[in-house]
Amino acid sequence: MKLTIVKYNAGNIQSVLYALERIGVEAVVTDDHAQIKEADKVIFPGVGEASSAMKYLKERGLDQVLQNLTQPVLGICLGMQLMCAYSEENDTPCLNIFDERVTKFRPSEAQEKIPQIGWNNIYDLKTELFNGVKENSYCYFVHGYHAALGSHNIATTNYIQPYSSALHKGNFYGVQFHPEKSAEVGEQILRNFCLGIK
Amino acid sequence: MLTKRIIPCLDIKDGRTVKGTNFVDLRDAGDPVELGALYAKQGADELVFLDITATVEKRKTLRELVNRIAHHVNIPFTVGGGISSLEDVSALLQNGADKISVNTAAFKNPQLINDLAKEFGSQCVVLAIDTKKEEDGEWYVYLNGGRTKTDKKCVDWAKEAVDLGAGEILLTSMNHDGTKQGFALDITRTLATQLPVPVIASGGGGTMAHFTDVFENAYADAALAASIFHFKEIAIPDLKSYLKEMNINVRI
Repeated sequence: MKLTIVKYNAGNIQSVLYALERIGVEAVVTDDHAQIKEADKVIFPGVGEASSAMKYLKERGLDQVLQNLTQPVLGICLGMQLMCAYSEENDTPCLNIFDERVTKFRPSEAQEKIPQIGWNNIYDLKTELFNGVKENSYCYFVHGYHAALGSHNIATTNYIQPYSSALHKGNFYGVQFHPEKSAEVGEQILRNFCLGIK
Repeated sequence: MLTKRIIPCLDIKDGRTVKGTNFVDLRDAGDPVELGALYAKQGADELVFLDITATVEKRKTLRELVNRIAHHVNIPFTVGGGISSLEDVSALLQNGADKISVNTAAFKNPQLINDLAKEFGSQCVVLAIDTKKEEDGEWYVYLNGGRTKTDKKCVDWAKEAVDLGAGEILLTSMNHDGTKQGFALDITRTLATQLPVPVIASGGGGTMAHFTDVFENAYADAALAASIFHFKEIAIPDLKSYLKEMNINVRI
């Protein structure tokens, strides 16, 4: 099994690599089109800002490479948001793999901090990405923007309002939380993606 | 629901864990990587590693240590201690740190916070403030591990730093640190209710009830402690079960 992590101008690639190492999966980090296309599975990570990330992907033709992948792809955090249609973060058209829109959290009271930082529940879990993961398990989130609940929702989280904490369409999966930092639950989700999903 | 976070802090000197009482009198409490992984397994929500090494080898040793931690720990961790440049931060993040904390260097050069937030995002920039309540009843900012007093009020500095891009505030009360008499509820509440970013309360946690207090009465988003965990006075699983019974939302 050949797993490729897409290299671009966004953080947390190292953390993903180490997390995979802990579950015994080797991965290559690359922005080479051929290596991404021929991988058995692709992880599209990301911590950063939407418009500069999209600009970087477009300049290198990685946007089209990602849109046309047919093997299982897992977007993480900003990676998942970039797979949506549009992000309100600096008014950015994204990859449009999922037709969901990404908007900023708007606090309803002073106690609600933006970004959301910390551990929150995931529920209404669907697809084999969550095999062996209990309803209401805790995952680690760091984000100020979120995807609305829509037709591709496979996990829901509640912060200010319910929103999509995971999305799925065909071979594409996306998670808003950081499985690479979500202790045993995150490791199970990474294991499901790397070793389970065909 | 977003949970309140319990964060063990590991003070590091020459690659080993130490903890001071009121910032002096250090005692050795073991290997940071082993201890960090143990805390993660016990249910710690995050870890903070504060490097207090003062040698010229510091940067290299810390980067190597961060890399080892990142390989072995499956929860987020913050690294701080003497960080003063974009280059330092970049190297630590590349070695697997999730966040970095800045203190004295950011106070002396506030633009650093702005630069770090722009380059790496606010989510990884934690501003650490050491603060002390003076006789005039005001909380002032202290620098250099609590050795240097400034004329700046804690709340003013915290607001400035958030405007510049700090994503979280790690607030340590020097009046409470090491006393085990409870967290500084007043200044924690002031910051937690006035700032749009999470506040991590630090200094003074000695009993499980102190944690309930700081979450319920001071609205802290997270609470940090060191020696009570290192010397097994309070076990993290016990603390979390207790908090849950007290209706504080925690991850179990």
